[in-house]
Amino acid sequence: MSNWTKIAQLEDIPRLGSRVVKTDTMDIAVFRTGDDRVFALKDECPHKKGPLSQGIVHGHKVTCPMHNWNIDLEDGCATGPDEGCTNHFPAKVENGEVFLQLPL
Amino acid sequence: MKDKLVLIGNGMAGVRAIEELLKYDPDLYDITVIGEEPHPNYNRIMLSPVLAGEKKIEDIILNDLDWYEDNDITLVTGDRAVKIDRVRRCVETESGKTFDYDRLLIATGSKPFIIPVPGADLPGVIGFRDIADVDRMIDYARAHEHGSAVVIGGGLLGLEAANGLMKQGLDVTVVHIMDSLLERQLDATASAMLKQSLEERGMKFRMEAQTTEISGDGKVERVHFADGESIDTGLVVMAVGIRPNIELAQSAGLYCERGIVVSDTMQTYDPIIYSVGECVQHRGECYGLVAPLFEQAKVAANHLAQVGTSHYEGSITSTKLKVTGIDLFSAGDFHEQEGDDVLVMQDARLGIYKKLVVRDDIIKGAVLYGDTIDGTWYFSLMRDGTSIADFRQTILFGQHDLGDAGHGEAARVMSLPDDAEICGCNGVCKGDIVNAIIDKGLFTLDDVKAHTKAASSCGSCTGLVEEILASTVGEGYDAAPGVKPICACTDHSHDQVIAAIKEHELKSMDAVREFLEWKTPDGCATCRPALNYYLLANWPEEYHDDPQSRFINERAHGNIQKDGTYSVVPRMFGGLCTADQLRAIADVSDKYQVPEMKVTGGQRIDLFGVKKEDLPAMWKDLSEAGFVSGHAYGKAMRTVKTCAGKTWCRFGTQNSTGLGVKLEELTWGSWMPHKFKLAVSGCPRNCAEATIKDFGVVCVDSGYELHIGGNGGIKVRVTDLLCKVETEEEVLEYCGAFIQKYREEAHYLERTAPWVERVGLSSIKEAILDDEANRKALYERFKLSQKYAQIDPWKQRAEGGDAYEFTPLKIA
Ligand code: SRM
Ligand SMILES: Cc1cc2nc3c(=O)[nH]c(=O)nc-3n(C[C@H](O)[C@H](O)[C@H](O)COP(=O)(O)OP(=O)(O)OC[C@H]3O[C@@H](n4cnc5c(N)ncnc54)[C@H](O)[C@@H]3O)c2cc1C
Ligand code: SF4
Ligand code: FES
Repeated sequence: MSNWTKIAQLEDIPRLGSRVVKTDTMDIAVFRTGDDRVFALKDECPHKKGPLSQGIVHGHKVTCPMHNWNIDLEDGCATGPDEGCTNHFPAKVENGEVFLQLPL
Repeated sequence: MKDKLVLIGNGMAGVRAIEELLKYDPDLYDITVIGEEPHPNYNRIMLSPVLAGEKKIEDIILNDLDWYEDNDITLVTGDRAVKIDRVRRCVETESGKTFDYDRLLIATGSKPFIIPVPGADLPGVIGFRDIADVDRMIDYARAHEHGSAVVIGGGLLGLEAANGLMKQGLDVTVVHIMDSLLERQLDATASAMLKQSLEERGMKFRMEAQTTEISGDGKVERVHFADGESIDTGLVVMAVGIRPNIELAQSAGLYCERGIVVSDTMQTYDPIIYSVGECVQHRGECYGLVAPLFEQAKVAANHLAQVGTSHYEGSITSTKLKVTGIDLFSAGDFHEQEGDDVLVMQDARLGIYKKLVVRDDIIKGAVLYGDTIDGTWYFSLMRDGTSIADFRQTILFGQHDLGDAGHGEAARVMSLPDDAEICGCNGVCKGDIVNAIIDKGLFTLDDVKAHTKAASSCGSCTGLVEEILASTVGEGYDAAPGVKPICACTDHSHDQVIAAIKEHELKSMDAVREFLEWKTPDGCATCRPALNYYLLANWPEEYHDDPQSRFINERAHGNIQKDGTYSVVPRMFGGLCTADQLRAIADVSDKYQVPEMKVTGGQRIDLFGVKKEDLPAMWKDLSEAGFVSGHAYGKAMRTVKTCAGKTWCRFGTQNSTGLGVKLEELTWGSWMPHKFKLAVSGCPRNCAEATIKDFGVVCVDSGYELHIGGNGGIKVRVTDLLCKVETEEEVLEYCGAFIQKYREEAHYLERTAPWVERVGLSSIKEAILDDEANRKALYERFKLSQKYAQIDPWKQRAEGGDAYEFTPLKIA
């Protein structure tokens, strides 16, 4: 299960931006933060399923484009006072390449 | 080891300072709080509604015991600090505990002043300050059904106490030494109206009465007055004023006058000892209301957190009486002096009285009775020193559409039932807002927005929410501060940021954040788009747009739809089109299987439901057919709406369509603080609705009337007439100059309507009409920026620009 899949070069993802990975079951948003870390969340806001990949990334958070909830990239949960979580997946950068642990 | 911070006084100001400090850095100090009362921090303001039976004690707790525990704060309740040893740096309490400190914060508040008449120490004589006082009053009322009570003092606190006791079933007499109630808050007329309506509710008054003695055998039985008369009663509430609690500080050798004297950084004469709240005297003033104390708390926290950037410069306060059913508001200096103008509106039948004291077109003071809905508006005009010259004739009627599309009477929010919908976007009712304010202890508009979502979408109900906030927490409500920061990432306001970018030639987002000491490394979704815009507007030739700082619509050059698809609106200059163009749109629509097409309110065609991946290819086809982006998604120039005009219409006076096309050719592509719409009507029948546009032209026989600052959206605003010109060239020049002034000076996300109201029509006229050189310079700057803006973003992307934005990643 813990297979890392290579999905892109780090520079394919804009800093403070994101790209979408389409899998058979869902879209996954892969974010790159200002400190060049990567995070992966199911591309669905816990509020009303807005596409988080289209939001504005700041710190380790993304602001949903639909109604401005702030979602923590580390655990996929809305930051207070909003409540709710979306799935998050392990992601890492090694030698400038981005890897994800995709759900089976 | 961490430094130790000790707070003496577990009350509203002190705990607020701790909350602010935790926001800066939760781990900087080991914090101990010493409080004399046996309760955690509660909302003292709400004691009045508790006494009136409208709230319970549990409802008004601001920080429960879990809060102290969660934040690792050691809380000592029911114990008094009795000594501060400044040499050994420790605080001793009555029960004999000692606490060492590296920094000390004194927030001991104040105590009620008890008039030193004989008998004032008898049981049954109390103040109105804390939960214990309220308990005593309620117990008395329960034990003496239909008994009587005397309240000494006809000020805010006295009247709230009297009202509460009356609600508890007692027969209440208010004794006041002056000839009118609330003489410090109200002028004579409003005061008389207030007295009358309290009398109608059954309150009794004894005016110009001096209390000489309280008598009784082991407890209160009678109150005596200087004229020889007396009243029988078993309860006397003294509400004649408060005295700052300074004894502890004084005994530690800290310099005190009326209060503990502090500097602009909230430091006492001993720099490691800070003080905030009612016990403090700052620049000669002691405050007795929550809003200024919270400002003090913020400043103290800023210094305790070793940020050291903010200063407290004193506050202007406003007043509201929290007696349900009585609306009263006052602020500033409302006793007119020579040279002041007084604006008054009075309707005795409706029980409405409004008075503004104005000097040189600036509001100095306000008294409102019966209709206080505009209190917060007048107050902010006063605080900001806004000139009222442009709307002086109507100011007393109020900001009648107070942030909503003419809900009129419904704006009287406090009389609405709890299930009345306040925020139409998010379906939030009045009751939800009131409950959140009380349960969560909210004091600011931002807090209410975050917790309830009210006023967080289109914002049209902001005024109503502010009114609910003000009425629920009284004047403790933290009205928009003088300089409102852009967002939580900075203490700087829009104006300060704009000025810094210009003056210090800051040309990148990093430069701005570094120079202005941003608190977050890369800003947030609020400040980043604003900074990106300001940089672009100021440095059109040099600044490179940052797509990651744009809201998705502008980044993807289409409107995101609720299902994640996009809409495409090609520009149709002046609303004109040809058969070929319509065919091209139809073909594109077929080719990409557009699910729905619609004629928009902006005289062009919207193609809905396009998949993001298809956008570049679709734009390529449109581009080849001669279309450019309509910017229907942007804080940008949107449309120029036109009417038939002279070419066809029997009433047309000028070629309105042709002029519309010229205006659109001049202005398309321009990024703006907010969306910007134009219209040209061929005659005063105004079929293009030019008088609700940001810039509207109404053609007349002798030339062109130019109108500015209109808005047809959330809050309809009719334009102001800027001037009349004679030629099309002049229309273009004035339009470009007006746009550029707006682009350079307005706050991000401020449309022309609120901008014109904020800066005043006169200042715009001065800059554009009276100063020809300035007008021409503005116009030139606009044209220069257009050189860089009129590159069609769709064509760029059709040719491969920002391809990553539109293509998903493939798994290798
Ligand atoms: C497409 C259109 C409705 C239509 O089918 O007619 C439209 C659609 C939207 N309008 Fe509008 N407005 C449209 C004409 C208008 C008009 C009429 C006009 O321009 O003559 C108004 C009132 C006039 C005015 O602005 O003064 C209008 C006042 C608003 C407002 C309120 C603005 C205000 O300052 O009060 C918003 C909200 C905002 O901008 O914050 C808004 C926002 C929106 C947004 C962008 C909502 C959003 O943020 O997602 C809508 C996008 C729908 C979508 O999913 O694609 N729309 N909107 C119209 C596009 C016109 C165009 O060709 O570009
Ligand atoms: C009934 C009532 C209604 C009010 N209504 C409004 C209103 O509508 N709007 C508004 O803005 N303001 C209102 N106020 C005023 C507002 O409550 C005060 O301005 C505010 O609470 C002052 O905050 P503070 O922290 O300075 O003092 P407090 O909140 O009084 O806190 C000081 C605390 O320190 C404790 N303390 C004092 N000495 C010691 C010691 N030596 N050791 C340990 N603890 C000590 C006290 O017991 C107290 O708990 C009202 C006040 C009252 C009483
Ligand atoms: S198109 Fe405009 S009026 Fe219609 S729902 Fe969207 S924002 Fe509201
Ligand atoms: S869908 Fe994300 S905030 Fe509403």
